[in-house]
Amino acid sequence: MKSTGKVIGIVSNLVTVETNGPVSENEICYINLDGTLLMAEVIKVTGKNASVQVFESTRGLKNGDDVIFEDKMLEATLGPGLLSSVYDGLQNNLTTMEGVFLKRGEYTDPLDHKKLWDYVPLAKPGDKVEASDWLGEVKEGWLPHKIMVPFSFKGEYTVKSVTKAGQYNIDETIAVLTDKDGEDVDVTMTQKWPVKVAIKCYREKPRPNKIMETGVRVIDTLNPIAEGGTGFIPGPFGCGKTVLQHSIAKQGDADVIVMAACGERANEVVEIFTEFPELIDPHTGRHLMDRTTIICNTSNMPVAAREASVYTAMTICEYYRAMGLKCLLLADSTSRWAQALREMSNRMEELPGADAFPVDLSAIISNFYSRAGMVVLNNGKTGAITFIGTVSPAGGNLKEPVTESTKKAARCFYGLEQNRADQKRYPAVSPIESYSKYLEYPEIQKYLAETVEADWIEKVNKAKNIIRLGKEAEEQINILGDDGVPMSYHETYWKSELLDFVFLQQDAFDAIDSLCPIKRQKYMLDLILEINDKKFEFDNFEKCRDYFKNMINILRQMNYTEFESENFNNYKEQLTKLLEENGK
Amino acid sequence: MANKAYQRVYTQLEAITKATVSLHAKGVANDELAVVEGRLGQVVKTKGDTVTLQVFSGTEGIPTNAEVAFLGNPPTIKVSEQLSGRFFNAYGQPIDGGPEIEGEERQIGGPSVNPYKRRQPSELIPTGIAGIDLNNTIVSGQKIPFFADPDQPYNQVMADVALRADVDKIILGGMGLSNDDYLFFKNAFESAGALDKIISFVNTTEEPPVERLLIPDMALTAAEYFAVDKNEKVLVLLTDMTLYADALSIVSNRMDQIPSKDSMPGSLYSDLAKIYEKAVQLPTKGSITIIAVTTLNDGDITHAIPDNTGYITEGQLFLRADPDSGKVIIDPFRSLSRLKQLVQGKKTREDHSQVMNAGVRLYADAQNAKTKLENGFDLSDYDHRCLEYAKEYATKLLSIDVNININEMLDTAWELFSKYFSKAETGIKQNMIDKYWKDK
Repeated sequence: MKSTGKVIGIVSNLVTVETNGPVSENEICYINLDGTLLMAEVIKVTGKNASVQVFESTRGLKNGDDVIFEDKMLEATLGPGLLSSVYDGLQNNLTTMEGVFLKRGEYTDPLDHKKLWDYVPLAKPGDKVEASDWLGEVKEGWLPHKIMVPFSFKGEYTVKSVTKAGQYNIDETIAVLTDKDGEDVDVTMTQKWPVKVAIKCYREKPRPNKIMETGVRVIDTLNPIAEGGTGFIPGPFGCGKTVLQHSIAKQGDADVIVMAACGERANEVVEIFTEFPELIDPHTGRHLMDRTTIICNTSNMPVAAREASVYTAMTICEYYRAMGLKCLLLADSTSRWAQALREMSNRMEELPGADAFPVDLSAIISNFYSRAGMVVLNNGKTGAITFIGTVSPAGGNLKEPVTESTKKAARCFYGLEQNRADQKRYPAVSPIESYSKYLEYPEIQKYLAETVEADWIEKVNKAKNIIRLGKEAEEQINILGDDGVPMSYHETYWKSELLDFVFLQQDAFDAIDSLCPIKRQKYMLDLILEINDKKFEFDNFEKCRDYFKNMINILRQMNYTEFESENFNNYKEQLTKLLEENGK
Repeated sequence: MANKAYQRVYTQLEAITKATVSLHAKGVANDELAVVEGRLGQVVKTKGDTVTLQVFSGTEGIPTNAEVAFLGNPPTIKVSEQLSGRFFNAYGQPIDGGPEIEGEERQIGGPSVNPYKRRQPSELIPTGIAGIDLNNTIVSGQKIPFFADPDQPYNQVMADVALRADVDKIILGGMGLSNDDYLFFKNAFESAGALDKIISFVNTTEEPPVERLLIPDMALTAAEYFAVDKNEKVLVLLTDMTLYADALSIVSNRMDQIPSKDSMPGSLYSDLAKIYEKAVQLPTKGSITIIAVTTLNDGDITHAIPDNTGYITEGQLFLRADPDSGKVIIDPFRSLSRLKQLVQGKKTREDHSQVMNAGVRLYADAQNAKTKLENGFDLSDYDHRCLEYAKEYATKLLSIDVNININEMLDTAWELFSKYFSKAETGIKQNMIDKYWKDK
């Protein structure tokens, strides 16, 4: 028997409901507005009054309207067909909705129930299994999509029968399991899971021990992110947060990518719809869209669903991680999610924390980031979720609650600088302020030493130092004037400019430069460090400037040409000649 | 407001603040309109039997025994071709002495377009102003504000842009316009002979600030009628969004909400996004493009209003006075159109983006030279040429009083490049230099 209730108060999308039975925190309910059912979530209960946040506009809602509680939390539907889908924050399929405008109370099915999948069983009768164990497999695009024992199953089950290989839809029984009381349960290809609860069906969660390549030099070389790691990109508007995130989405070395467009511009999502189906995944040569799910709750869509969108995205990632896959979750932007929390907290008249955000903001953020990570599954295989969120700090000031809370939770920090963006030095990631805690992990140090080079981290630190020295020299030159400093200051400054222009800057819109594999990154960094170690002689600072500008131009042309191609080698020869003219 | 048959009338107010009244009433819907002592109000909160109404024109003189009649529907506007050429107040009532509009009655502030049904903006909107067309090209379906200090002629620039843009309809949403500016728009539209494609919704400073909150939704609901139903290219002008946000903060303050940054309501981002995200390129030919004005306090873009706006809009056009040329210019450094690459070189000449980048880069070099000069350092020959170039570049291209087509802008830029610089100094790709370089 479901609990019911009646609306007794409305402020914007916060509705108070008088209930006549038990309700639980985060339970889903539907409010009946003249026959249209509006979905809402319980966020507070006081006595028999429940405060619910409505995922739709509450226009026209009246006191006395009927409410039905569903006795379940907000759930994601999981199964084959999630990839290449476009969902809203509540996992409604946006592509199957009719009409140009979103209709209130229109909920569409996340998965296609008619589509047939080529199913192959993996388990056999008599096998002992528990939640998340693999029973069978279908091919979703080119990915092996495992059909698992539903995550909600508790304890050990015995496989009674498995359906033979063949074509089935997601609702057909593919296995029958027997629980310890002897009851039989049918398992299909689909299952549901409450999005706000982490899926913990794995053996252990070790420290990350590998790098996830993004093809972005300033990340992979200077501050790499681990597979199963967390990072965030804060930056004022116009600094290229979204472009950088799209670059990572296009090139990240992952099996599954989930992009959560959370409270951002609709035209940016349209860009993904338009571009991604055309793009090819550089690692597999397949269509990028085949491995991508888009969760899209743009800034004009209901605020409460914005909060749900990041959880829905994380749940989908956890589902694929349990199949032993590498997932990459990108959320743009987590500030909008935090603002959604602020709006609700404000309407509930809670005592505010800093900048009117709820006091538990920091806890909510770190709890969410902690759902990422690499795990060892029950069968010994590994899976990972790497999570990168963007943060949009108010006024570009990093001393604000969302940035500060995220800094505590995420291990990599890619700060975007207004100054670099103004000078069109993209990606505008600050080479000095940014950091990756993973560089301090012995596991990661070992991995880099084995896969890249024994003294790689020393080289990376040396590169960072070149930037610092260059900055100091630049300040001196600005204070004392071009002629007021010794020539060595100009040389130091231009050596750091060389590193900046050739290595830190990267053209996200150029087919070749946008994707730089780690092997090529190493080649370029070695070249730059070699130049840096040389001593040069110049008569005056203008000669120094012209010489380095020339060298930068040659090296940038190398970035734009295919690695080790004839053209590339020609530029390399030009560089060698130039260095013979001066450097020692 | 005519009385309707089903309306319920109450005569006992429980509480009155400067912007709201509360009373006991039953069966009242959220967002519903009511008439309080002849003034329009809207339901913003219900709690048990107590209903709180936001009274748009303020509550001065409203007695506790005021007559309150609920109208049974949220704010609406009648839409039809008859809107063309007309002037309305915030409630959608004619203020030009003309007849009432006949047409379909629609609720304002309706639902959003399904993002999956949108199309990527791809049509150029030329304005004749090089600071926009050359450096920050605007595309149909885009939303972009002017960031300007109050002393800049932003309304004039916006009127110029509107009248030159090749669109089917222009809809003006004026919030807190001074009477002088209102008359300026009226005269500008009339004398351009373009009145038949212009619709105006105006709230002047003489009218109560809270009324302004209705203006963007009125203007955009009308815009959606023309863009969605009639497949037209619609340009919406919103001025001044800072005054709109100020009205939001007044209401949230009266409702005892906890303010966030700069005493703005915590929902400012969502409130502004709801308006700006109405900009859309539809799968049919129809589109809504929004050009807004956000006035700044002494150029401060970190204030909550411009800051939230910047995160929502697709760039911004920054107006400032340039002392060197004596003109008001569109600042090439702080302005940005995020959608420009969708049309530059595709709908315009192939050299567009190269010329744009070179022009701005050389202008940046001039700023460095200026800093050197101010700090008392010697200038090189290159620095002197940059300074001369900057003055001419500002006058002939950045200034808002320029009105030429895009090819003329490109040609002008090439002339300036060859007048002051060598080919190598411009850093433009060789094949473009070969084709377009103008020998002195």
